[in-house]
Amino acid sequence: MTITAFPHAMPIEGFIGGLLIGLSAAIMLLGSGRIAGVSGMAARAFLLNKNETPLSTAILFIIGLPLGAHIIQWVNGPIESHFTPSVIILATGGFLVGIGTRLGSGCTSGHGVCGISRLSPRSIIATITFMITGIITVTFVDFMGWGW
Amino acid sequence: MGVVMKNAFIALLSGLIFGAGLALSGMADPHRVRSFLNIFGDWDPTLAFVMGGAIIVMALAWLIQKRITKPFATDSFLLTSTNNIDPKLIGGASIFGMGWGLAGLCPGPAFAALVINPIEALIFAISLFAGMAAYALISHFRIGS
Repeated sequence: MTITAFPHAMPIEGFIGGLLIGLSAAIMLLGSGRIAGVSGMAARAFLLNKNETPLSTAILFIIGLPLGAHIIQWVNGPIESHFTPSVIILATGGFLVGIGTRLGSGCTSGHGVCGISRLSPRSIIATITFMITGIITVTFVDFMGWGW
Repeated sequence: MGVVMKNAFIALLSGLIFGAGLALSGMADPHRVRSFLNIFGDWDPTLAFVMGGAIIVMALAWLIQKRITKPFATDSFLLTSTNNIDPKLIGGASIFGMGWGLAGLCPGPAFAALVINPIEALIFAISLFAGMAAYALISHFRIGS
């Protein structure tokens, strides 16, 4: 199915993928009693977060991400992906995401999926905030002609 | 199966399904993610469908969570009870959004993309680690002083 106004959109694949992401977070919550927040898990796996999550949980969760993507690639064929050709944009983006997610205690998964579904005011405000600065940044990047 | 093994299995399974969901939904493609944020340009609403699907399932999980006393494999839920909306939250979310918009990547898709565009994803992941380490260093000295 395609949306006429947005021919590039993948609503069905997006929704099914979303259901899987929700299932993953539900398994982590009801199975191990923890939030499947990728930035928190990554910081824990990198030894930069001293919380009560066992190191093995954090490391296995992070390793699972590329393995899961690999399974889809294996079953469905190559995944279309377009990265910026600029190493500077990649590195600056990564650095800002690293600092920002630690300072703001979460990213798209922790605040966006787990927090919003719990109706946490903190997560709703965080998600609105990073969506707004994300929109401003993309608009700025395209204005400067750095888009891809 | 022992407690450690149960939790290890849950963590790996959760990560696998998460990575599969990201890859299937097109979220491992930074161009598609940035196109969602490009509301003044060639907008791609796919990310909204991803968030919708994920939030529906997770909302059900929270309803179940309220009705059970402990998780399947551990003794208690480890959930934050912080509810304050402070400059730290707003500042952090703002900086995260800038990086997200700049590279079209947040942490989950970056790790999933390690098997799709390994070099680019690795550059982003190392920079992500550097940013987290910089934050740890700054907060260490601020608490230390």
